[in-house]
Amino acid sequence: MAKAKQSAWLKVSAWVTYLFLYLPLVIVVVFSFNDSKLNAEWVGFTTRWYSQLFANEKMLTAAGNSLLIALAASFLSTVLGTLAGMALHKYKVPFLSFLVLTPIAIPELLTGVSLVIFFVLVNQILGILELGLFTILLSHVAFCIGFVAIVVKARMQGMDESLVEAARDLGATPFQAFRLVTLPVIRPGIIAGALMAFTLSIDDFVITFFTAGAGASTLPLEIYSMIKIAVTPEVNAVSSLLMLLTLVLIVIASRVSPGALRAND
Amino acid sequence: MALLEIRNVVKQFDDFTAVNDVSLSVEAGEFFTLLGPSGCGKTTLLRMLAGFEQPDAGQILLDGQDMSRVPPEKRPVHTVFQNYALFPHMTVRENIAFPLKMAGWAKDKMDAQVDELLEDVRLTEFGKRYPHEMSGGQRQRVAIARALVDRPRLLLLDEPLSALDAKLREEMQLELIKLQKEVGITFVYVTHDQGEALALSHRIAVMSRGQVEQLDIPENIYGNPKNRFVADFIGQCNVLEGTVRAVDGGTMTVDIKGCGEVRTLAVPGVTVGQQGWLALRPEKIKLDKELSDLPDEAYFRGRIHDCLYLGDVTIYIVEVADGVLIEAMLPNNIPGVAKFFDDGDIVEIAWRFDAGSFLTE
Amino acid sequence: MKNRLGKWLLSWPPLLYLVLFFLIPTAIMFVAAFRFPGDYGGLAPMYYYEEGKLIWDLTLENFTRLVEEPIYFELFAKSAWYAALTTLICLVMAYPLSWLIARSAKKYRDLLLLLVILPFWSNFLIRIYAWMIILGPQSAFTRAVNWVWTGMGGEPVQLLFTPFAVIVGMVYVHLPFMVLPLYANLEKHDLSLLSAAQDLGANAWQRFWRITWPLSLPGVFAGSALVFIPALGMFAIPDILGGTDSIMIGNLIKQQILDTRDWPFGAVLSIMLTAGVLAIAMLGALIARKGVKRG
Repeated sequence: MAKAKQSAWLKVSAWVTYLFLYLPLVIVVVFSFNDSKLNAEWVGFTTRWYSQLFANEKMLTAAGNSLLIALAASFLSTVLGTLAGMALHKYKVPFLSFLVLTPIAIPELLTGVSLVIFFVLVNQILGILELGLFTILLSHVAFCIGFVAIVVKARMQGMDESLVEAARDLGATPFQAFRLVTLPVIRPGIIAGALMAFTLSIDDFVITFFTAGAGASTLPLEIYSMIKIAVTPEVNAVSSLLMLLTLVLIVIASRVSPGALRAND
Repeated sequence: MALLEIRNVVKQFDDFTAVNDVSLSVEAGEFFTLLGPSGCGKTTLLRMLAGFEQPDAGQILLDGQDMSRVPPEKRPVHTVFQNYALFPHMTVRENIAFPLKMAGWAKDKMDAQVDELLEDVRLTEFGKRYPHEMSGGQRQRVAIARALVDRPRLLLLDEPLSALDAKLREEMQLELIKLQKEVGITFVYVTHDQGEALALSHRIAVMSRGQVEQLDIPENIYGNPKNRFVADFIGQCNVLEGTVRAVDGGTMTVDIKGCGEVRTLAVPGVTVGQQGWLALRPEKIKLDKELSDLPDEAYFRGRIHDCLYLGDVTIYIVEVADGVLIEAMLPNNIPGVAKFFDDGDIVEIAWRFDAGSFLTE
Repeated sequence: MKNRLGKWLLSWPPLLYLVLFFLIPTAIMFVAAFRFPGDYGGLAPMYYYEEGKLIWDLTLENFTRLVEEPIYFELFAKSAWYAALTTLICLVMAYPLSWLIARSAKKYRDLLLLLVILPFWSNFLIRIYAWMIILGPQSAFTRAVNWVWTGMGGEPVQLLFTPFAVIVGMVYVHLPFMVLPLYANLEKHDLSLLSAAQDLGANAWQRFWRITWPLSLPGVFAGSALVFIPALGMFAIPDILGGTDSIMIGNLIKQQILDTRDWPFGAVLSIMLTAGVLAIAMLGALIARKGVKRG
């Protein structure tokens, strides 16, 4: 009896927490179809916020920038992060481990502050790296490397060491053993890392906010200015689309590589 | 010339000597076993044969060629790993074809060879499966097929049966013997399971603390252990402390501590006054309420201290003198009778003079 | 030889990148704290030549300014208080949920956990924006709260742009960071310990307080660090959901760097924030090491 009551309480509190996690997002989506400028009361169904969104040049440019940066950042950080993850697993490299993990551990704000000072100074002295899309990309790679490295390292740790030895034993050179055994076995980790980097980059607001400068804009920056200046359900529409994109990515990830979502699998 | 020669090999890890001056040779076609408890150096020796470790001193010769500087992939030696180490992202076929691919075989020749090996290990229908879709015993057979596919000179097996349950292990033992006969490839087998070693091997090297304690055929390893470690490690054994009182041609008299004098086979080099131990297998000891007192037998009266019923046999622990316990084993060969004696029963035990062996170390 | 080559090949590309775009920028920020602000924002030159002699132009003024004005200390204290409150609420909400997930059937566990992480994958700003809608003055939630509150005799209240909204937003954004380490810990608990405790006469509360809770402390500390550290340096949530009375240290740093462009003082504030973060991280590591020794 006591046990049943206790677990009932637990269940209720858990469901309330799930509700707390999802209700806000559901509300955003629902109001994106609401035929009212105010996000307060349901008036009627409309898709005009979406059509308005697709006519918004600034928003589309920003989305394009975000996509471009996210693709480039996830590619670069996957290459560098995979190297780092393998190095961390195979060798004792405390300095690299410090450099890889610290950007993840400290508040993003600090990374943003130091990078904007750095870029401006470099630009003053050398005349390169003017704040803009390219500096955003460089900043994103700096904090994404760590996430990729952690996932790849976890995957390497889950890998049976004797597989590489078996390959060598059966006639593979060290390089062949890496290409034919290690790489395919840790591939789900690499894919998971790449997806993570892509999402982190396309979603990043804080560091982008500091390193963007005046001209460049990304989707999160555009959303921010809309929220700050004039809230319209267009924000709901773009939010809903972004959520859909994330969901699609997750589904693709689980299809392409079932292990990708679970780094320790 | 022997196929494999190990000469004075030493391997050190920091300040721990894993292999300490081991020399032995393995003949072509032999099923050779390295037997010993964990940490005795058998796996390190195997890894040096495969090329994963380099000896700090000594030589490893294969067909008379020094292997020391040859990397694993260049040695005509393959390993069956303890956990099989099948490549999880490759099918059974691809796993087995791996060594052939590395050696650059032509596609049709490779397919034919893989088919043959699949047949050898009775897995013809399983070629397209992935390792995780197979049972432990099947994976084991894939691992063996993969290591045999390009006919290595030497196959190393690192506790290959330890992950299987008892029933399957027995089946696989028979299969290994059969396979080895068929392919005629030399096996070097590492195990800590003495039963497995006795059942499978042509010759066994019993190892302890980095050294070979005894190298012999299974019958001698079991029947004539060279020292207390081997006697104790292989099977059940009574080890009774005693002193040599007289040597008389082929036999000698030993005074068992707290018990009395018995006659036993003489050991070359052992003289009167030497301390040692008499090793006696429990199944070589007779036990009954009353035994006739024969001239060639040691004879004692004692009290049953404990009985261990094991199903097929029962082990009786007999106290023959204060604190001296001797184990005797009797088969339970009378239907309906689980044990012949009870705790506290007074019994008589005896053994022939050639039943035990006298050990000096 | 070969080994060292592999280490070099794997390590250098990420090492070089991170030295260039993390370590050097951080070092520059530290030095900036000792420099004078430029006439038009940014930084004044670090040194100048006078009669051919090199003269360093550095100062401690930025630090003394921090110490002399109590308002900055108060802001730090308030930020720490907000972060601590956020951590505590996250812990209270995450614990039962993590326990339930860890004790549910194996085949559902991944799904239940994925459901916790999924909102985290949606955009950070969207998640904050959602609370702008919910806590807005016209929203159903606000009206319901005010209906109850005025029914009890209170004055109508505003929810958005208050410290309350900031805390709600911070809890919402950071909750998964608490659930994940807690779950990872609770999932590993040996349930026979609880049966043993029950067998030895412990009631439900005693079993929790004497067995589960102490064993879960590593997860609690890990989760708390993962919530507290980013919460301490938060600027977007108070910026969007908070009012003038609920700004945090992050907002001040952002203002110094981007708006007033007083970089030296912004750098000083950032260094203080870094120190705070380091202190928390070291405290966490210390506690974790003690836990390891005891376990």
